Amino acid sequence: MAVLTRERSVVDRPPPVPRTKYPKWARRAPLLPALIFLIVVTQLPFVATLVISFMKWNSLDPTNRGFAGFDNYVNVFTDPDLRSSVVNTIVLTASVVIISLVLGLGLALLLDKKFAGRGLVRTLLIAPFLVVPVAAALIWKHVLYNPEYGLFNGILNWLGFEAQPDWISSMPMTAVVASLVWQWTPFMMLILLAGLQSKPVEPVEAATIDGASSFQVFRYLTFPHLRQYLELGGLLGSIYVVQNFDAVFTITSGGLGTANLPYMIYQTFYQAHEYGEASAAGVIVVAGSMVIATFALRTVSSLFKEEKR
Amino acid sequence: MTRIWGVLAWFAGIVFFAPVAWMFLTSLHSESDAATNPPSLLAPLTLDGYEEFFDAGAWPPLINSFSASIGSTIIVLLLAIPAAYALSIKPVEKWTDVLFFFLSTKMMPVVAALLPIYLIAQFSGMLDNISFLTLLYCSMNLPIAVWLMRSFLSEVPKEILEAASIDGAGLLTILRRVVAPIAMPGIAATALICFIFSWNELLFARVLTGVVAGTAPVYLTGFVTSQGLFLAKVCAAAVVVSLPVLIAGFAAQDKLVQGLSLGAVK
Repeated sequence: MAVLTRERSVVDRPPPVPRTKYPKWARRAPLLPALIFLIVVTQLPFVATLVISFMKWNSLDPTNRGFAGFDNYVNVFTDPDLRSSVVNTIVLTASVVIISLVLGLGLALLLDKKFAGRGLVRTLLIAPFLVVPVAAALIWKHVLYNPEYGLFNGILNWLGFEAQPDWISSMPMTAVVASLVWQWTPFMMLILLAGLQSKPVEPVEAATIDGASSFQVFRYLTFPHLRQYLELGGLLGSIYVVQNFDAVFTITSGGLGTANLPYMIYQTFYQAHEYGEASAAGVIVVAGSMVIATFALRTVSSLFKEEKR
Repeated sequence: MTRIWGVLAWFAGIVFFAPVAWMFLTSLHSESDAATNPPSLLAPLTLDGYEEFFDAGAWPPLINSFSASIGSTIIVLLLAIPAAYALSIKPVEKWTDVLFFFLSTKMMPVVAALLPIYLIAQFSGMLDNISFLTLLYCSMNLPIAVWLMRSFLSEVPKEILEAASIDGAGLLTILRRVVAPIAMPGIAATALICFIFSWNELLFARVLTGVVAGTAPVYLTGFVTSQGLFLAKVCAAAVVVSLPVLIAGFAAQDKLVQGLSLGAVK
């Protein structure tokens, strides 16, 4: 394979100037610091998590430490709290990603049109993504959702509605989802807008001349082109939102049936000191993420090959 | 027809921006004006919320956040630029595999590594130490930085590099005179994006730091439970802590997508 490519490049252009000035190892050297650093800091802890997940270990009871076999995994799967946290993680991630993808698509299509002040509208729309996540969650919790003097109930009051709901206690999961959708829609919009703007213009012009309606243009030209960007946005969004801790921690403190896996792991380890069980839950999150990551890597890789062509 | 789209887009922009605008406005109100229903839009403005926030010991966490974010960003760039060079300008064998290894580490949920990292910090006496957090943020941002830098460095035309080396320029001269000027905007954008990610991080900071090394997001978690009339103060805190990210984000606006999609989208 290597021989083939070298032969072809010799045919294609004149032999390059002394490329072999440096030996092979020296050309790899610039890569090593980053690679070694990353393996040590990110890969070894996962191995440790795997090992601890098979141990009986509660830091409040340090003498009683030992091999536990699959006990922690059995506990994780039979503990109703942990099981519901798995469900919560899926519900939270799926709803945030799907809703913000749909909204992001709508906004990207709007921003792809020409109108006065387009740059300013784009800037306004990006702003939610640039509020520090904890700060955003605090604002939603105290300033928007507060039943007595929050902005939402204030607006209801203005509009003449009698109802003054307690948003967080009456719909805790929706409250968390709404705040995250607000933050993630700009992300989806940016990715989809980049996709729309990389779309070739000629086919659309040709189709319009041939009498295609704007819906047909969207259905048969824009949408197929956008598909991989939708996939990419969905997958990257899932990877980030699956790990969300800030919103759950801030808005509901994991209560009212909103605890997701990251929050549960944090609590199992940090408050209950159940190291073995926390690790087993961690291994489960990794396994779940690997499924998403495989698809994500495939999508990135296909975009990547297209770019190299 | 086009006018309708413009109006709709403006409407959406205003709806999405409203909570941010409301946060700014409330931060400038007095506590009693901030807690009215219906909301008092035209209440007199004051800086009391900010004063109270800074008087309550907000400086140390802000300084911690700055040192962890800036420190980790510098280290990340020092590690990522040579790596990106070896992956784009002088690609080593199997460079795509290496590149995808970097990316795959970013896709692993960090929460699964929380406990071992906590234990390491505990055994090495690095709990509540900002340097340890800085190091962690490096590993968090390194894959992103390598991907981004690679996509920026591969925009340097090969012909110019070859011409320079035919003219007898050494590696350092090429780096300084040819690569750096072309790659500079990319390096700046990468730095800003790494800064944002480090600045926003809460989970590790919450678990690994305490009174000494607590960062700004950890400080903000002190506002999770209500404390009487404190809306103006919460808003002031949220504005101050978000300000560096808003500035960095708008500065990097054009490269933001590329950064967030790890260089997959131009």
